[in-house]
Amino acid sequence: MDFITQSHYYRVMPMLLEGLVWTLLITGIGLIFGFILGAIFGFARLSKSKIIYGIATVYVEVVRGTPILAQILFIYFGLSDLMGVNIDKITASIIAIAINAGAYIAEIVRGAVYSIDKGQEEAGRSIGLTRNQTMRYIIWPQAFRRMIPPLGNQFVISLKDTSLFSVIAVGELLYMGQQYYGSTFAAFEALTMVCIMYLVITVPTAVYLRRVERRLDV
Amino acid sequence: MMISVRDLHKSFGSVEVLKGIDAEIKEQEVVCVIGPSGSGKSTFLRCLNLLEEVTSGDVLIEGTNLTDPKVNINEVRSRVGMVFQHFNLFPHRTVLENITLGPIKVKGLSKDEAKKVALPLLDKVGLSDKADVYPESLSGGQKQRVAIARSLAMEPRIMLFDEPTSALDPELVGDVLEVMKDLAKEGMTMVVVTHEMGFAREVGDRVLFMDEGIIMEEDVPSNLFGNPQNPRTQEFLSKVL
Repeated sequence: MDFITQSHYYRVMPMLLEGLVWTLLITGIGLIFGFILGAIFGFARLSKSKIIYGIATVYVEVVRGTPILAQILFIYFGLSDLMGVNIDKITASIIAIAINAGAYIAEIVRGAVYSIDKGQEEAGRSIGLTRNQTMRYIIWPQAFRRMIPPLGNQFVISLKDTSLFSVIAVGELLYMGQQYYGSTFAAFEALTMVCIMYLVITVPTAVYLRRVERRLDV
Repeated sequence: MMISVRDLHKSFGSVEVLKGIDAEIKEQEVVCVIGPSGSGKSTFLRCLNLLEEVTSGDVLIEGTNLTDPKVNINEVRSRVGMVFQHFNLFPHRTVLENITLGPIKVKGLSKDEAKKVALPLLDKVGLSDKADVYPESLSGGQKQRVAIARSLAMEPRIMLFDEPTSALDPELVGDVLEVMKDLAKEGMTMVVVTHEMGFAREVGDRVLFMDEGIIMEEDVPSNLFGNPQNPRTQEFLSKVL
């Protein structure tokens, strides 16, 4: 068994598992806030008020029109500089995921709500429900089901995006791999294992989503 | 008057769909609205519970002017039931939940109280055994009967029907019309936009013929169908009868 335990494939694992924990933590917490932002701005994009719509559109377009690498550097260095305080790396990473995913989720929310047949709203309103009640009890539950596949897709994208935080030395999965081959020169082994770790999360997610999608498709 | 409409105009952008409608509908009256497609009859109906914003004119429901900006439209809508061509059942809720949603959320009934309202209505439309299924497993005719029960659960004073049988397979139309006939017999005030001339003739107290955004002719069914005066009415009836 020595040849296994002595190999770089094995010896890199403790570091990668630690990195994976941070990757999942940043993705998970970032996406919770991203979903909140996405829901708020998604509804804002459906607003009849030109100002609210305008603000939401600027947010979505600015975020989607700039690279996430620039966004993380902007938050970590740019904002710290501007405000004269140091933002913690992990906090900066979570903020970056939240703001970035928020813009994409806003479009997911907008699209899902928009895709619900207009007759549903009319039926709700015609039995006397208010606008908010109609949204809450009729439109949102149906729209939410349609959001599950694209939200899962966004989870995969955001998870991979966290690898970019290695540039500010966040101890996530890719960074930990780099640290390992920095001292051992075993780049092939380390990066192979890094990729396998990403795939262990992303492939089952994709398979699960395809199943959900098929079930929703009927 | 249950419904009074005065000089009702409705435009979509620059297109004027309703060009001055006047109508009075009495309690317990069944009024059928017929006319070619694009004549504005559905728009007229949808103005009666403000699903369409009124451009100008007045719509009074039991004396409440819907065009008054201070009016509580949700309260008015709970008194005016509406049945749609495409049923618009809530697909994520069971048949029973479709019917009890309004009584629970609008009237503040408890779940049990709402169920006590809903079950007799399901029985009335002949679907007692379908309470716990989801709409997708129902036929079109069954869906429409559930939609009628859903409206009735709010104990409306008026029922509006927007081409309720137009999306149904021919053999399913009868059951829905039967339910509507029963309602009419019970004295419900009804406005029915329909292509079912047989229904209009048999059940309607009055028939409005609409074309080009106005009411071209109105009369009791026997006169309107038997001896139409307006050439447009004659032309339309010669095509559909």
